Amino acid sequence: MAARDSYGRLLALLSASASDIAAAEDALADAFERALRTWPAHGVPASPDAWLLTVARNRLRDHWKSAQAQRAFPLDREQDSLAHADDLDVDAIPDRRLELMLVCAHPAIERAAHTPLMLNTVLGFTAEQVGRAFSVPASTMATRLVRAKRRIKAARIPFRIPDRANLPARMTAVLEAVYGAYVIDWATTGPQARQVPSEALHLAEVLTRCVPGDPEAHGLAALVQLSASRAPARLDADGSFVPLPDQDPSLWDSRLIERAHEHLRVAHARRHLGRFQLEAAIQAVHCARRRAGTTDWPTLLTLHRVLHTIAPSLGSGVALAAVTAEVEGPAAGLATLDALLQDAGQHARRFQPARATRAHLLDQLGRTEEAVAAYDSAIDLTHDTAERQYLQHRRDSASLRSQHRWPENRK
Amino acid sequence: MRYVLLMHYREPAEGEISEEAIAEAMEAFGAYGRALAEAGVLLSGDVLQPAAATTTVTSREGVLRVQDGPFAETKEALAGVFVLDVPDLDAAIGWAEKCPGAQWGVIEVRPTATALVKGRWTR
Repeated sequence: MAARDSYGRLLALLSASASDIAAAEDALADAFERALRTWPAHGVPASPDAWLLTVARNRLRDHWKSAQAQRAFPLDREQDSLAHADDLDVDAIPDRRLELMLVCAHPAIERAAHTPLMLNTVLGFTAEQVGRAFSVPASTMATRLVRAKRRIKAARIPFRIPDRANLPARMTAVLEAVYGAYVIDWATTGPQARQVPSEALHLAEVLTRCVPGDPEAHGLAALVQLSASRAPARLDADGSFVPLPDQDPSLWDSRLIERAHEHLRVAHARRHLGRFQLEAAIQAVHCARRRAGTTDWPTLLTLHRVLHTIAPSLGSGVALAAVTAEVEGPAAGLATLDALLQDAGQHARRFQPARATRAHLLDQLGRTEEAVAAYDSAIDLTHDTAERQYLQHRRDSASLRSQHRWPENRK
Repeated sequence: MRYVLLMHYREPAEGEISEEAIAEAMEAFGAYGRALAEAGVLLSGDVLQPAAATTTVTSREGVLRVQDGPFAETKEALAGVFVLDVPDLDAAIGWAEKCPGAQWGVIEVRPTATALVKGRWTR
Protein backbone atom coordinates (compact mmCIF):
# COMPACT_ATOMS: atom_id res chain seq x y z
CA MET A 1 0.00 0.00 0.00
CA ALA A 2 1.32 3.43 -0.85
CA ALA A 3 2.19 5.51 2.21
CA ARG A 4 -0.68 7.99 1.79
CA ASP A 5 -3.18 5.24 1.15
CA SER A 6 -1.99 3.44 4.20
CA TYR A 7 -2.21 6.53 6.41
CA GLY A 8 -5.76 7.33 5.36
CA ARG A 9 -6.96 3.78 5.77
CA LEU A 10 -5.46 3.39 9.21
CA LEU A 11 -6.73 6.76 10.40
CA ALA A 12 -10.23 6.09 9.04
CA LEU A 13 -10.42 2.80 10.88
CA LEU A 14 -9.09 4.18 14.14
CA SER A 15 -11.28 7.30 13.95
CA ALA A 16 -14.38 5.23 13.29
CA SER A 17 -13.80 2.99 16.26
CA ALA A 18 -13.05 5.95 18.55
CA SER A 19 -15.54 8.44 17.02
CA ASP A 20 -12.68 10.85 17.61
CA ILE A 21 -10.27 11.88 14.85
CA ALA A 22 -7.83 13.76 17.10
CA ALA A 23 -7.40 10.80 19.45
CA ALA A 24 -6.92 8.50 16.46
CA GLU A 25 -4.29 10.84 15.00
CA ASP A 26 -2.40 10.91 18.28
CA ALA A 27 -2.47 7.14 18.54
CA LEU A 28 -1.31 6.73 14.95
CA ALA A 29 1.47 9.28 15.44
CA ASP A 30 2.65 7.31 18.49
CA ALA A 31 2.63 4.12 16.45
CA PHE A 32 4.71 5.73 13.68
CA GLU A 33 7.13 7.05 16.25
CA ARG A 34 7.51 3.62 17.78
CA ALA A 35 8.03 2.14 14.35
CA LEU A 36 10.87 4.59 13.74
CA ARG A 37 12.48 3.54 17.01
CA THR A 38 12.07 -0.22 16.75
CA TRP A 39 12.05 -1.15 13.07
CA PRO A 40 15.65 -0.18 12.38
CA ALA A 41 16.80 -2.45 15.21
CA HIS A 42 14.34 -5.35 14.93
CA GLY A 43 13.52 -5.25 11.26
CA VAL A 44 10.38 -4.20 9.45
CA PRO A 45 7.44 -6.46 10.34
CA ALA A 46 5.90 -8.66 7.68
CA SER A 47 2.84 -6.47 7.57
CA PRO A 48 3.80 -2.92 8.57
CA ASP A 49 0.21 -1.66 8.38
CA ALA A 50 -1.12 -4.39 10.65
CA TRP A 51 1.71 -3.65 13.07
CA LEU A 52 0.91 0.09 13.07
CA LEU A 53 -2.79 -0.61 13.50
CA THR A 54 -2.22 -2.89 16.47
CA VAL A 55 0.08 -0.45 18.23
CA ALA A 56 -2.26 2.47 17.55
CA ARG A 57 -5.24 0.52 18.85
CA ASN A 58 -3.39 -0.23 22.05
CA ARG A 59 -2.61 3.46 22.38
CA LEU A 60 -6.25 4.34 21.92
CA ARG A 61 -7.22 1.84 24.58
CA ASP A 62 -4.67 3.32 26.98
CA HIS A 63 -6.07 6.73 26.17
CA TRP A 64 -9.60 5.64 27.08
CA LYS A 65 -8.46 3.98 30.26
CA SER A 66 -6.46 6.98 31.40
CA ALA A 67 -9.37 9.24 30.59
CA GLN A 68 -11.31 6.98 32.92
CA ALA A 69 -13.40 6.03 29.91
CA GLN A 70 -16.49 7.70 31.27
CA ARG A 71 -18.49 6.38 28.40
CA ALA A 72 -18.09 2.72 27.69
CA PHE A 73 -16.92 2.49 24.10
CA PRO A 74 -18.06 -0.80 22.67
CA LEU A 75 -14.92 -2.55 21.53
CA ASP A 76 -15.46 -5.11 18.87
CA ARG A 77 -13.68 -8.16 20.22
CA GLU A 78 -13.13 -9.78 16.85
CA GLN A 79 -11.95 -6.64 15.15
CA ASP A 80 -9.79 -5.43 17.98
CA SER A 81 -8.18 -8.73 18.77
CA LEU A 82 -4.45 -8.25 19.05
CA ALA A 83 -3.62 -11.85 18.29
CA HIS A 84 -2.08 -12.74 14.95
CA ALA A 85 -1.51 -9.10 14.09
CA ASP A 86 1.43 -10.08 11.95
CA ASP A 87 -0.56 -12.60 9.96
CA LEU A 88 -3.22 -10.04 9.23
CA ASP A 89 -3.76 -9.55 5.54
CA VAL A 90 -3.39 -5.83 4.91
CA ASP A 91 -6.06 -5.87 2.26
CA ALA A 92 -8.40 -7.41 4.83
CA ILE A 93 -8.11 -4.23 6.90
CA PRO A 94 -11.52 -2.75 6.20
CA ASP A 95 -11.44 0.44 4.17
CA ARG A 96 -13.50 3.01 6.04
CA ARG A 97 -12.23 6.05 4.22
CA LEU A 98 -15.65 6.67 2.71
CA GLU A 99 -17.10 7.01 6.21
CA LEU A 100 -14.26 9.38 7.06
CA MET A 101 -14.94 11.44 3.93
CA LEU A 102 -18.64 11.57 4.77
CA VAL A 103 -17.76 12.88 8.22
CA CYS A 104 -15.42 15.51 6.75
CA ALA A 105 -18.22 16.73 4.46
CA HIS A 106 -21.01 16.40 7.05
CA PRO A 107 -23.63 19.17 6.90
CA ALA A 108 -22.93 19.99 10.57
CA ILE A 109 -19.33 20.94 9.61
CA GLU A 110 -18.86 24.34 8.01
CA ARG A 111 -18.38 24.04 4.28
CA ALA A 112 -15.07 25.85 4.19
CA ALA A 113 -13.61 23.11 6.39
CA HIS A 114 -14.72 20.13 4.25
CA THR A 115 -11.85 20.07 1.77
CA PRO A 116 -9.10 20.96 4.30
CA LEU A 117 -10.35 18.23 6.65
CA MET A 118 -10.24 15.66 3.87
CA LEU A 119 -6.74 16.60 2.79
CA ASN A 120 -5.60 16.50 6.40
CA THR A 121 -7.24 13.22 7.44
CA VAL A 122 -7.70 11.11 4.30
CA LEU A 123 -4.37 12.03 2.71
CA GLY A 124 -2.44 12.97 5.83
CA PHE A 125 -1.27 16.42 4.75
CA THR A 126 -0.21 18.63 7.66
CA ALA A 127 -2.06 21.79 8.63
CA GLU A 128 0.88 23.71 7.22
CA GLN A 129 0.68 22.00 3.83
CA VAL A 130 -3.10 22.39 3.67
CA GLY A 131 -2.80 26.01 4.79
CA ARG A 132 -0.33 26.70 2.01
CA ALA A 133 -2.70 25.20 -0.56
CA PHE A 134 -5.47 27.51 0.64
CA SER A 135 -3.17 30.53 1.10
CA VAL A 136 -3.96 30.58 4.81
CA PRO A 137 -1.34 30.78 7.60
CA ALA A 138 -0.52 27.38 9.11
CA SER A 139 -1.78 28.43 12.56
CA THR A 140 -5.12 29.56 11.15
CA MET A 141 -5.56 26.30 9.30
CA ALA A 142 -4.50 24.29 12.35
CA THR A 143 -7.11 26.08 14.48
CA ARG A 144 -9.79 25.46 11.88
CA LEU A 145 -8.95 21.75 11.69
CA VAL A 146 -8.79 21.31 15.47
CA ARG A 147 -12.14 23.06 15.88
CA ALA A 148 -13.80 20.85 13.27
CA LYS A 149 -12.41 17.68 14.81
CA ARG A 150 -13.55 18.73 18.26
CA ARG A 151 -16.98 19.34 16.86
CA ILE A 152 -17.12 15.92 15.20
CA LYS A 153 -16.36 14.33 18.54
CA ALA A 154 -18.59 16.54 20.72
CA ALA A 155 -21.67 16.39 18.52
CA ARG A 156 -20.95 12.72 17.81
CA ILE A 157 -21.09 12.79 14.05
CA PRO A 158 -21.32 9.12 13.13
CA PHE A 159 -18.70 7.29 11.02
CA ARG A 160 -21.39 5.45 9.15
CA ILE A 161 -22.81 5.27 5.64
CA PRO A 162 -26.13 7.12 5.86
CA ASP A 163 -29.37 5.43 4.83
CA ARG A 164 -30.53 5.50 1.24
CA ALA A 165 -32.78 8.53 1.77
CA ASN A 166 -29.88 10.70 2.89
CA LEU A 167 -27.01 9.15 0.95
CA PRO A 168 -27.35 11.08 -2.35
CA ALA A 169 -27.18 14.49 -0.66
CA ARG A 170 -24.29 13.40 1.53
CA MET A 171 -22.36 11.99 -1.45
CA THR A 172 -22.87 15.28 -3.28
CA ALA A 173 -21.15 17.06 -0.39
CA VAL A 174 -18.27 14.57 -0.56
CA LEU A 175 -17.90 15.05 -4.32
CA GLU A 176 -17.97 18.81 -3.89
CA ALA A 177 -15.30 18.69 -1.20
CA VAL A 178 -13.05 16.65 -3.52
CA TYR A 179 -13.86 19.10 -6.31
CA GLY A 180 -12.83 21.85 -3.87
CA ALA A 181 -9.35 20.32 -3.78
CA TYR A 182 -9.25 20.50 -7.58
CA VAL A 183 -10.37 24.13 -7.65
CA ILE A 184 -7.60 25.32 -5.31
CA ASP A 185 -5.13 23.96 -7.83
CA TRP A 186 -6.10 26.78 -10.17
CA ALA A 187 -7.09 29.44 -7.69
CA THR A 188 -3.87 29.74 -5.76
CA THR A 189 -1.07 28.92 -8.13
CA GLY A 190 1.48 31.41 -6.96
CA PRO A 191 4.87 32.31 -8.34
CA GLN A 192 6.42 29.28 -6.61
CA ALA A 193 5.71 25.71 -7.59
CA ARG A 194 2.90 24.12 -5.58
CA GLN A 195 4.12 22.29 -2.48
CA VAL A 196 1.24 19.83 -2.33
CA PRO A 197 0.92 18.45 -5.83
CA SER A 198 -1.98 16.45 -7.11
CA GLU A 199 -4.01 16.33 -3.90
CA ALA A 200 -7.23 16.42 -5.89
CA LEU A 201 -6.03 13.64 -8.18
CA HIS A 202 -5.35 11.48 -5.20
CA LEU A 203 -8.58 12.24 -3.33
CA ALA A 204 -10.65 11.57 -6.44
CA GLU A 205 -8.89 8.24 -7.00
CA VAL A 206 -9.49 7.24 -3.38
CA LEU A 207 -13.16 8.11 -3.74
CA THR A 208 -13.61 5.95 -6.86
CA ARG A 209 -12.09 3.05 -4.96
CA CYS A 210 -14.51 3.63 -2.07
CA VAL A 211 -17.60 3.92 -4.29
CA PRO A 212 -16.70 2.04 -7.50
CA GLY A 213 -20.36 2.05 -8.58
CA ASP A 214 -20.86 5.82 -8.39
CA PRO A 215 -20.67 7.29 -11.90
CA GLU A 216 -20.19 10.84 -10.60
CA ALA A 217 -17.16 9.80 -8.55
CA HIS A 218 -15.62 8.42 -11.77
CA GLY A 219 -16.69 11.55 -13.63
CA LEU A 220 -14.97 13.71 -11.04
CA ALA A 221 -11.79 11.62 -11.19
CA ALA A 222 -11.80 11.94 -14.99
CA LEU A 223 -12.39 15.69 -14.77
CA VAL A 224 -9.47 16.21 -12.40
CA GLN A 225 -7.16 13.99 -14.46
CA LEU A 226 -8.02 15.63 -17.78
CA SER A 227 -7.45 19.10 -16.36
CA ALA A 228 -4.24 18.00 -14.69
CA SER A 229 -3.05 16.40 -17.93
CA ARG A 230 -2.80 19.87 -19.48
CA ALA A 231 -0.85 21.41 -16.62
CA PRO A 232 2.56 20.96 -18.37
CA ALA A 233 1.33 23.08 -21.30
CA ARG A 234 -0.26 25.80 -19.21
CA LEU A 235 2.94 27.81 -18.88
CA ASP A 236 5.46 28.40 -21.65
CA ALA A 237 9.25 28.36 -21.30
CA ASP A 238 9.20 31.91 -19.85
CA GLY A 239 6.53 30.99 -17.32
CA SER A 240 3.84 32.90 -19.21
CA PHE A 241 0.23 31.73 -19.19
CA VAL A 242 -0.85 29.86 -22.31
CA PRO A 243 -4.63 29.75 -22.86
CA LEU A 244 -6.11 26.40 -23.82
CA PRO A 245 -6.55 27.03 -27.57
CA ASP A 246 -2.87 28.01 -27.89
CA GLN A 247 -1.49 25.09 -25.88
CA ASP A 248 0.72 22.49 -27.55
CA PRO A 249 -1.20 19.21 -27.15
CA SER A 250 1.97 17.15 -27.40
CA LEU A 251 2.88 18.47 -23.95
CA TRP A 252 -0.28 17.05 -22.38
CA ASP A 253 0.13 14.01 -20.15
CA SER A 254 -1.14 11.07 -22.21
CA ARG A 255 -1.02 8.67 -19.26
CA LEU A 256 -3.47 10.86 -17.28
CA ILE A 257 -5.72 11.28 -20.32
CA GLU A 258 -5.78 7.51 -20.77
CA ARG A 259 -6.73 6.93 -17.13
CA ALA A 260 -9.44 9.58 -17.34
CA HIS A 261 -10.97 7.79 -20.31
CA GLU A 262 -11.08 4.57 -18.32
CA HIS A 263 -13.03 6.37 -15.60
CA LEU A 264 -15.39 7.85 -18.17
CA ARG A 265 -16.02 4.42 -19.66
CA VAL A 266 -16.90 3.04 -16.22
CA ALA A 267 -19.14 6.05 -15.53
CA HIS A 268 -20.99 5.87 -18.84
CA ALA A 269 -21.67 2.18 -18.33
CA ARG A 270 -23.79 3.13 -15.28
CA ARG A 271 -26.08 5.17 -17.55
CA HIS A 272 -26.73 7.94 -15.09
CA LEU A 273 -25.53 11.31 -16.29
CA GLY A 274 -24.40 13.96 -13.84
CA ARG A 275 -22.62 17.26 -13.56
CA PHE A 276 -19.09 15.91 -13.09
CA GLN A 277 -19.39 13.44 -15.97
CA LEU A 278 -20.48 16.29 -18.22
CA GLU A 279 -17.63 18.51 -17.09
CA ALA A 280 -15.24 15.62 -17.72
CA ALA A 281 -16.77 15.00 -21.15
CA ILE A 282 -16.15 18.67 -21.98
CA GLN A 283 -12.52 18.33 -20.94
CA ALA A 284 -12.26 15.12 -22.97
CA VAL A 285 -13.44 16.97 -26.09
CA HIS A 286 -10.75 19.61 -25.50
CA CYS A 287 -8.14 16.90 -25.03
CA ALA A 288 -9.26 15.17 -28.23
CA ARG A 289 -7.52 17.99 -30.11
CA ARG A 290 -4.35 16.04 -29.39
CA ARG A 291 -5.39 13.41 -31.93
CA ALA A 292 -7.88 15.26 -34.15
CA GLY A 293 -5.83 18.43 -34.53
CA THR A 294 -8.95 20.59 -34.24
CA THR A 295 -11.52 21.25 -31.56
CA ASP A 296 -15.08 20.02 -32.04
CA TRP A 297 -16.87 23.21 -30.98
CA PRO A 298 -20.44 22.18 -31.90
CA THR A 299 -20.17 19.13 -29.60
CA LEU A 300 -18.75 21.35 -26.87
CA LEU A 301 -21.67 23.72 -27.28
CA THR A 302 -24.15 20.86 -26.85
CA LEU A 303 -22.36 19.58 -23.75
CA HIS A 304 -22.19 23.06 -22.23
CA ARG A 305 -25.88 23.59 -22.85
CA VAL A 306 -26.78 20.33 -21.11
CA LEU A 307 -24.42 21.13 -18.24
CA HIS A 308 -25.88 24.60 -17.78
CA THR A 309 -29.35 23.04 -17.75
CA ILE A 310 -28.77 20.29 -15.19
CA ALA A 311 -26.27 22.15 -12.98
CA PRO A 312 -26.58 25.87 -13.65
CA SER A 313 -23.91 28.01 -12.06
CA LEU A 314 -22.08 31.20 -12.85
CA GLY A 315 -19.14 29.12 -14.04
CA SER A 316 -21.20 26.92 -16.36
CA GLY A 317 -22.92 30.02 -17.76
CA VAL A 318 -19.68 31.84 -18.51
CA ALA A 319 -18.26 28.74 -20.17
CA LEU A 320 -21.42 28.40 -22.24
CA ALA A 321 -21.08 32.01 -23.38
CA ALA A 322 -17.44 31.46 -24.38
CA VAL A 323 -18.29 28.35 -26.41
CA THR A 324 -21.31 30.06 -27.97
CA ALA A 325 -18.88 32.73 -29.18
CA GLU A 326 -16.71 30.05 -30.82
CA VAL A 327 -19.62 28.52 -32.71
CA GLU A 328 -21.98 31.43 -33.34
CA GLY A 329 -19.59 34.36 -33.17
CA PRO A 330 -18.51 36.83 -30.48
CA ALA A 331 -21.73 38.89 -30.68
CA ALA A 332 -23.85 35.84 -29.79
CA GLY A 333 -21.39 34.95 -27.01
CA LEU A 334 -21.52 38.44 -25.56
CA ALA A 335 -25.32 38.45 -25.65
CA THR A 336 -25.39 35.12 -23.78
CA LEU A 337 -22.89 36.40 -21.23
CA ASP A 338 -24.64 39.72 -20.62
CA ALA A 339 -28.00 37.99 -20.20
CA LEU A 340 -26.39 35.69 -17.64
CA LEU A 341 -24.76 38.56 -15.75
CA GLN A 342 -28.03 40.48 -15.75
CA ASP A 343 -29.79 37.52 -14.11
CA ALA A 344 -26.98 36.73 -11.69
CA GLY A 345 -26.95 40.23 -10.21
CA GLN A 346 -24.41 41.86 -7.97
CA HIS A 347 -22.18 38.94 -6.91
CA ALA A 348 -21.42 38.10 -10.54
CA ARG A 349 -19.49 41.36 -10.77
CA ARG A 350 -16.59 39.87 -8.86
CA PHE A 351 -16.46 36.61 -10.83
CA GLN A 352 -13.12 36.70 -12.61
CA PRO A 353 -13.92 34.29 -15.47
CA ALA A 354 -16.97 36.40 -16.38
CA ARG A 355 -14.87 39.58 -16.49
CA ALA A 356 -12.05 37.99 -18.49
CA THR A 357 -14.42 36.38 -20.98
CA ARG A 358 -16.30 39.66 -21.44
CA ALA A 359 -13.03 41.46 -22.14
CA HIS A 360 -12.00 38.90 -24.78
CA LEU A 361 -15.39 39.06 -26.50
CA LEU A 362 -15.44 42.88 -26.61
CA ASP A 363 -11.90 42.77 -27.95
CA GLN A 364 -12.89 40.33 -30.71
CA LEU A 365 -15.82 42.57 -31.63
CA GLY A 366 -13.42 45.50 -32.06
CA ARG A 367 -15.01 47.41 -29.18
CA THR A 368 -11.49 48.08 -27.93
CA GLU A 369 -12.18 50.90 -25.45
CA GLU A 370 -14.80 48.84 -23.64
CA ALA A 371 -12.43 45.87 -23.86
CA VAL A 372 -9.64 47.83 -22.14
CA ALA A 373 -11.96 48.73 -19.25
CA ALA A 374 -13.17 45.12 -19.04
CA TYR A 375 -9.57 43.81 -19.02
CA ASP A 376 -8.78 46.22 -16.19
CA SER A 377 -11.59 44.87 -14.04
CA ALA A 378 -10.61 41.27 -14.87
CA ILE A 379 -6.97 41.95 -13.96
CA ASP A 380 -8.08 43.34 -10.59
CA LEU A 381 -9.72 40.00 -9.82
CA THR A 382 -6.91 37.72 -11.06
CA HIS A 383 -4.56 36.23 -8.45
CA ASP A 384 -2.59 33.92 -10.70
CA THR A 385 0.56 35.81 -11.71
CA ALA A 386 0.95 34.21 -15.12
CA GLU A 387 -2.68 34.78 -16.02
CA ARG A 388 -2.46 38.37 -14.80
CA GLN A 389 0.46 39.02 -17.08
CA TYR A 390 -1.38 37.44 -19.96
CA LEU A 391 -4.45 39.64 -19.41
CA GLN A 392 -2.21 42.70 -18.99
CA HIS A 393 -0.60 41.92 -22.33
CA ARG A 394 -3.99 41.61 -24.05
CA ARG A 395 -5.16 44.79 -22.39
CA ASP A 396 -2.14 46.75 -23.57
CA SER A 397 -2.48 45.56 -27.12
CA ALA A 398 -6.20 46.46 -27.13
CA SER A 399 -5.30 49.84 -25.70
CA LEU A 400 -2.73 50.41 -28.46
CA ARG A 401 -5.24 49.53 -31.14
CA SER A 402 -7.83 51.87 -29.70
CA GLN A 403 -5.31 54.73 -29.61
CA HIS A 404 -4.30 54.07 -33.18
CA ARG A 405 -7.83 54.21 -34.36
CA TRP A 406 -8.75 57.22 -32.27
CA PRO A 407 -7.11 59.89 -34.50
CA GLU A 408 -8.42 58.19 -37.65
CA ASN A 409 -11.94 58.37 -36.31
CA ARG A 410 -11.49 62.01 -35.50
CA LYS A 411 -10.60 62.92 -39.07
CA MET B 1 -26.34 9.99 23.73
CA ARG B 2 -28.64 12.76 24.87
CA TYR B 3 -29.51 15.56 22.49
CA VAL B 4 -31.75 18.54 23.09
CA LEU B 5 -33.85 19.89 20.25
CA LEU B 6 -34.49 23.58 20.84
CA MET B 7 -37.31 25.05 18.81
CA HIS B 8 -36.97 28.72 17.91
CA TYR B 9 -39.53 30.74 16.05
CA ARG B 10 -41.16 34.13 15.90
CA GLU B 11 -43.95 34.41 18.42
CA PRO B 12 -47.23 35.07 16.68
CA ALA B 13 -49.34 38.00 17.83
CA GLU B 14 -52.61 37.35 19.60
CA GLY B 15 -55.15 36.09 17.09
CA GLU B 16 -52.59 36.04 14.25
CA ILE B 17 -52.98 32.32 13.75
CA SER B 18 -56.37 30.88 12.87
CA GLU B 19 -58.11 28.25 14.99
CA GLU B 20 -57.73 25.71 12.19
CA ALA B 21 -53.97 26.34 11.90
CA ILE B 22 -53.60 25.92 15.65
CA ALA B 23 -55.59 22.69 15.57
CA GLU B 24 -53.41 21.47 12.69
CA ALA B 25 -50.21 22.27 14.58
CA MET B 26 -51.49 20.49 17.69
CA GLU B 27 -52.34 17.50 15.55
CA ALA B 28 -48.82 17.52 14.09
CA PHE B 29 -47.19 17.80 17.53
CA GLY B 30 -49.42 14.96 18.73
CA ALA B 31 -48.24 12.69 15.94
CA TYR B 32 -44.63 13.76 16.47
CA GLY B 33 -44.83 12.97 20.19
CA ARG B 34 -46.28 9.53 19.49
CA ALA B 35 -43.54 8.81 16.93
CA LEU B 36 -40.82 9.83 19.43
CA ALA B 37 -42.36 7.69 22.15
CA GLU B 38 -42.83 4.68 19.88
CA ALA B 39 -39.22 4.88 18.73
CA GLY B 40 -38.18 4.82 22.38
CA VAL B 41 -36.04 7.94 22.06
CA LEU B 42 -38.14 10.50 23.97
CA LEU B 43 -36.95 11.62 27.40
CA SER B 44 -39.10 14.75 27.67
CA GLY B 45 -40.81 17.39 25.61
CA ASP B 46 -42.13 20.83 26.48
CA VAL B 47 -43.63 23.52 24.32
CA LEU B 48 -43.18 26.85 26.11
CA GLN B 49 -45.62 29.63 26.80
CA PRO B 50 -44.89 32.92 25.03
CA ALA B 51 -42.07 35.15 26.27
CA ALA B 52 -44.66 37.41 27.88
CA ALA B 53 -44.96 34.75 30.59
CA THR B 54 -41.22 34.43 31.18
CA THR B 55 -39.16 35.69 34.12
CA THR B 56 -35.38 35.90 34.34
CA VAL B 57 -33.43 35.50 37.55
CA THR B 58 -29.74 36.26 38.19
CA SER B 59 -27.30 36.88 41.01
CA ARG B 60 -24.24 37.33 38.86
CA GLU B 61 -23.80 40.96 39.87
CA GLY B 62 -23.87 40.05 43.54
CA VAL B 63 -27.49 40.89 44.15
CA LEU B 64 -30.55 38.97 43.20
CA ARG B 65 -32.36 40.39 40.21
CA VAL B 66 -35.71 39.09 39.13
CA GLN B 67 -36.99 40.63 35.93
CA ASP B 68 -39.83 40.07 33.60
CA GLY B 69 -39.03 39.16 30.02
CA PRO B 70 -36.68 36.71 28.32
CA PHE B 71 -32.87 36.58 28.63
CA ALA B 72 -32.46 38.00 25.15
CA GLU B 73 -35.00 39.89 23.11
CA THR B 74 -34.77 38.31 19.71
CA LYS B 75 -37.03 38.05 16.71
CA GLU B 76 -37.07 34.29 17.01
CA ALA B 77 -37.71 33.15 20.56
CA LEU B 78 -37.09 29.86 22.31
CA ALA B 79 -40.41 28.10 21.94
CA GLY B 80 -39.95 24.52 23.03
CA VAL B 81 -37.55 21.83 24.18
CA PHE B 82 -37.37 18.11 23.40
CA VAL B 83 -34.82 15.89 25.11
CA LEU B 84 -33.98 12.74 23.16
CA ASP B 85 -31.73 9.76 23.64
CA VAL B 86 -30.37 8.70 20.23
CA PRO B 87 -27.11 7.13 19.06
CA ASP B 88 -25.60 10.03 17.12
CA LEU B 89 -26.00 13.42 15.48
CA ASP B 90 -27.50 12.02 12.27
CA ALA B 91 -30.32 10.41 14.26
CA ALA B 92 -30.90 13.65 16.19
CA ILE B 93 -30.97 15.65 12.93
CA GLY B 94 -33.44 13.11 11.56
CA TRP B 95 -35.83 13.82 14.45
CA ALA B 96 -35.29 17.59 14.17
CA GLU B 97 -36.30 17.36 10.51
CA LYS B 98 -39.57 15.69 11.47
CA CYS B 99 -40.35 18.20 14.22
CA PRO B 100 -43.40 20.31 13.25
CA GLY B 101 -41.59 23.42 14.51
CA ALA B 102 -39.09 23.00 11.64
CA GLN B 103 -41.94 23.90 9.25
CA TRP B 104 -42.16 27.47 10.52
CA GLY B 105 -39.09 27.91 12.69
CA VAL B 106 -35.56 26.67 13.33
CA ILE B 107 -34.54 23.66 15.42
CA GLU B 108 -31.21 23.79 17.20
CA VAL B 109 -29.74 20.35 17.84
CA ARG B 110 -27.36 20.33 20.80
CA PRO B 111 -25.70 17.34 22.48
CA THR B 112 -25.88 17.48 26.26
CA ALA B 113 -22.63 17.52 28.24
CA THR B 114 -24.06 16.00 31.37
CA ALA B 115 -27.58 15.29 32.59
CA LEU B 116 -29.47 14.73 35.83
CA VAL B 117 -30.89 11.26 35.90
CA LYS B 118 -32.71 10.20 39.05
CA GLY B 119 -31.14 13.06 40.95
CA ARG B 120 -27.56 12.30 39.90
CA TRP B 121 -25.36 13.91 37.30
CA THR B 122 -24.33 11.43 34.68
CA ARG B 123 -22.18 11.52 31.63
